[in-house]
Amino acid sequence: MLTALIFVPAAGAVLTLLLPRGRESTVRWTGMLSSATALVIATIVFVQFESGTAAVQFAERAAWIPALGITYHIGVDGISLPLVVLTAVMMPIALLSSWRSVTDRVREFTFSMLLLETALLGTFVSLDLILFFVFWEAVLIPMYLIIGLWGGPRRAYAAIKFILFTMTGSALMLVAIIFLYVHSGTVLPARTFDLMQLLDIRVGMPLQAWLFAAFALAFAIKVPVWPLHTWLPDAHVEAPTAGSVILAAVLLKMGTYGFLRVLLPLFPEATLRFAPVLVILAIVGIIYGGLVSWVQPDMKRLVAMSSVSHLGLVTLGAFALTVEGLQGSLVQMVNHGISTGGLFLLVGVLYDRTHSRQMDDYGGVAALMPQFAAVSLIVVVSSMALPSTNGFVGEFLVLLGAFRAQPAYAAVAVAGVILSAVYLLWMYQRVMQGPVAVKALALDPSGASGAGPVRMIDLSPRELLTFVPLIALIFAIGLYPSPLLSRTEASVRALVVRVDEARGHAETGFGLRASGFATPIHDSQFTIHEFRVTSHESRVTRGLR
Amino acid sequence: MTLPSVDLRLVVPELLLTGAAILVLLVGAFTPRAGHPALRWIAAAGAAAALWQTLRLGTGGASFGGMYVRDALTLVLQSIALVTTLLAVVLSGEYVQRTRLESGEYYTLLLVSALGGLLMAASSDLLMIFLGLETLSIPLYVMAGFARSDVRSQEAGMKYFLLGAFSTVFLLYGIALIYGAGGSTNLGTLAAASPSLLLFTGIGLVTIGLGFKAAVVPFHAWAPDVYEGAPMPVTAFMSVIAKVGAFAAFLRISSVALSAQFSQWATALTVICVATMVLGNLAALRQTNLKRLLAYSSIAHAGFILIGILSGNISGATAVAFYLLAYALMTLGAFGVALMLQRDGQEADEIADLSGLASRSPILAAAMTLFMISLAGLPLTAGFFAKLYVFTAALDAGYAWVAIVGVLASVVSAYYYFRVAYVTLTGQPRDDVVIVGGRWTRAALVAAAAGVLILGLAPGRFVTFVQQVGQALAK
Repeated sequence: MLTALIFVPAAGAVLTLLLPRGRESTVRWTGMLSSATALVIATIVFVQFESGTAAVQFAERAAWIPALGITYHIGVDGISLPLVVLTAVMMPIALLSSWRSVTDRVREFTFSMLLLETALLGTFVSLDLILFFVFWEAVLIPMYLIIGLWGGPRRAYAAIKFILFTMTGSALMLVAIIFLYVHSGTVLPARTFDLMQLLDIRVGMPLQAWLFAAFALAFAIKVPVWPLHTWLPDAHVEAPTAGSVILAAVLLKMGTYGFLRVLLPLFPEATLRFAPVLVILAIVGIIYGGLVSWVQPDMKRLVAMSSVSHLGLVTLGAFALTVEGLQGSLVQMVNHGISTGGLFLLVGVLYDRTHSRQMDDYGGVAALMPQFAAVSLIVVVSSMALPSTNGFVGEFLVLLGAFRAQPAYAAVAVAGVILSAVYLLWMYQRVMQGPVAVKALALDPSGASGAGPVRMIDLSPRELLTFVPLIALIFAIGLYPSPLLSRTEASVRALVVRVDEARGHAETGFGLRASGFATPIHDSQFTIHEFRVTSHESRVTRGLR
Repeated sequence: MTLPSVDLRLVVPELLLTGAAILVLLVGAFTPRAGHPALRWIAAAGAAAALWQTLRLGTGGASFGGMYVRDALTLVLQSIALVTTLLAVVLSGEYVQRTRLESGEYYTLLLVSALGGLLMAASSDLLMIFLGLETLSIPLYVMAGFARSDVRSQEAGMKYFLLGAFSTVFLLYGIALIYGAGGSTNLGTLAAASPSLLLFTGIGLVTIGLGFKAAVVPFHAWAPDVYEGAPMPVTAFMSVIAKVGAFAAFLRISSVALSAQFSQWATALTVICVATMVLGNLAALRQTNLKRLLAYSSIAHAGFILIGILSGNISGATAVAFYLLAYALMTLGAFGVALMLQRDGQEADEIADLSGLASRSPILAAAMTLFMISLAGLPLTAGFFAKLYVFTAALDAGYAWVAIVGVLASVVSAYYYFRVAYVTLTGQPRDDVVIVGGRWTRAALVAAAAGVLILGLAPGRFVTFVQQVGQALAK
């Protein structure tokens, strides 16, 4: 099942190469159909997934390179499932969004996107560290091509910066993986790269700290955790819309997924010791990302920097090391994918029309494009985490988890939430409201823009279609998150138990208070808090006007 | 003096190569026009037959009074050398025809050089190593200067010859000192030699000699100039076969015979290894000429391979063998793409010549990208498992920091490899560059690309094959 899921896009990619030249629409449809097939399979996996158990499901295991103890071991649990589905959802949307905007080398573009999907899905389901690493690195090449070939004016620089940053991190991760492998030979009967077997090993402390550091660096660059984020704005701004969507929605999650998949379970003692460091970096990121977003004149850069802020929240949730925090972190990963993916799509829609991303070039767009304005508002409030949207569920859980761990963390992090309202609403206001004033850059290939006014046509049916699933998910998760939460809960609990055991081992205790075990999560709790936070947020937003 | 016992059945691959070399020389001399296609066929058939025989013979046996041994190390490294040779012959195909270099001599020299590589892989005696090294090198000196009308080629040949001869003196003097200390040149006997200053110095000198051939820092200075000047297919062949030979000898000496004494040189070797990786990769960053870029890249890769030698364990030896195979495929492939092009009737050896290749020939551009990805050591290609192997060996031996330097150096390398790929995939095609193609070159390219992918996706069987090296050493 999972093998089919991973390799359906790859098969589609190969198919696009075999198609005769010049059949662009066939290529597009091939891409769309194969990613849609993957989505169908992912949906089946999601539906059939049994909640209530932390065990790995849909597992497949085969020898790959027996001589080196490398296996093809894949499977999903509550931690990888949401991300697998997220990837499968976002890819058809991204392909659809590029239907008109990518006209150059469609075949190569579709090929890269599908390969990217295979690599991403593979990363999330791998249970063997080498397999994981192979997929992890395999993501780089199609993403490099997407930024480097279809990107903006500074694409070459952005693409190579992206590659060098991520490779530096993953290079050290590779050393750490090999180190674990060599170390496993001294404890287990045979050396192995299998994550499930490696869980039985408890690496001694100084070594564990080093391994933790190597993995953490790789993941933190990918997330990106402040101050390792500098590749992100460049990559996002230069990437084509579809690339930005996937980059924000899925690629960044590889890092936060790595936190949960590798760091917490494999190195619990080191996690306990270094969690405060990561939490503080995350909080700095939340605030810093928010402040920088605030002053961005460029919408795409604004959305990119807001990712730094939002992913800081995800990181905070992960290293709060409480059930709520971790669940919130997972939900927030999905949410960020949906909302920020949506924001990039919105910027893409505007950019397609005017070839400008500067907020100053826009004004009163809502009057010209009413549908677009409505859609934008929904995505914006989702990203701001207004109640009844998905963002609220995740952000609330993260803050709750952080509060249980250390109230001060949550107190500072809330400032980030307020900031996100500031910059997002400000952007909405400047672009959508006020007198109509739309300038276009002379860049417009049709040449129409140089003299006459740009035609701000409202959303085409195709564009609308890209937003429909996102909006549906925004409200579905916002109003009824329990299918998602119930599937993730068991795995998250198991993770917390594992870390707590380590707390028992290292009795000294490293600054984090007891985990929030006492309070299981019920959906009913949300309704109570909803109103309170609603009124609070609307006060904030009103205060801004 | 009685002649030692000789079992010719063991040396069938060498005999086949020699036979093909002589035949191709004769046919070349008696065919009226240069560039007869029969020459290629003979050379390729000779290399293929030798490869087949090597694989068929398997392991077991020694000949020439124990100077020649056919063990797993021989099997694996000879196979790699012969794959290299076969690919190089096929790759040369149209280029040498185009440039009117094709003649019996060209293929004879190539095959004889390969013969030297085979002998080095099979030698269990210092004299045999020396003999093999000379048989390998002398044809390469000639081949580097083979384009008689090209001044650069003349310079390359001369430079390579002078420095190569110089380095051989180090090797020979080292052998003499080792003989003086251990009383024998046989590696098996030397394994029992007691450590002494003489032996220590001897090993140092041998290391320098082999280091020249493998082009490791600080003995690398000849490589960029020679690579740039030599005709391109010669550069391709030379960059691989010299390394196969040199590292075969390294393995024989360091891991089999003198491992205990060799470890005294570990610190020096570590410095050489790290310097090679760092300098090779840093120098490559600034190159604009593809041949020079690949020259520095080959220096850098020599550093990575040296990690395997440095580790001095079984997985290190295996890593060296696997790395050599991967290196052969990806380097020959990268040269192969450039061989498909021509700028104003000359070699297209500038990186800029590759500009916009994707819009003319997407397949060629894809192949170049594949080889560059592999050289950078990213997954799904041969280069990844090669690096995984050497780094595993390094950690096995406790050289964690060398592995860390290694991975960081390969990040640096990604910069220039990706630059080549980027130029290939984007930009405007240059008017003065044309795709000349050729069926032979194309066939070699397909083989190299397939090899890179297979080693990257399903290396299982090759890993098992290569691991025999480790078993040979474990005995």
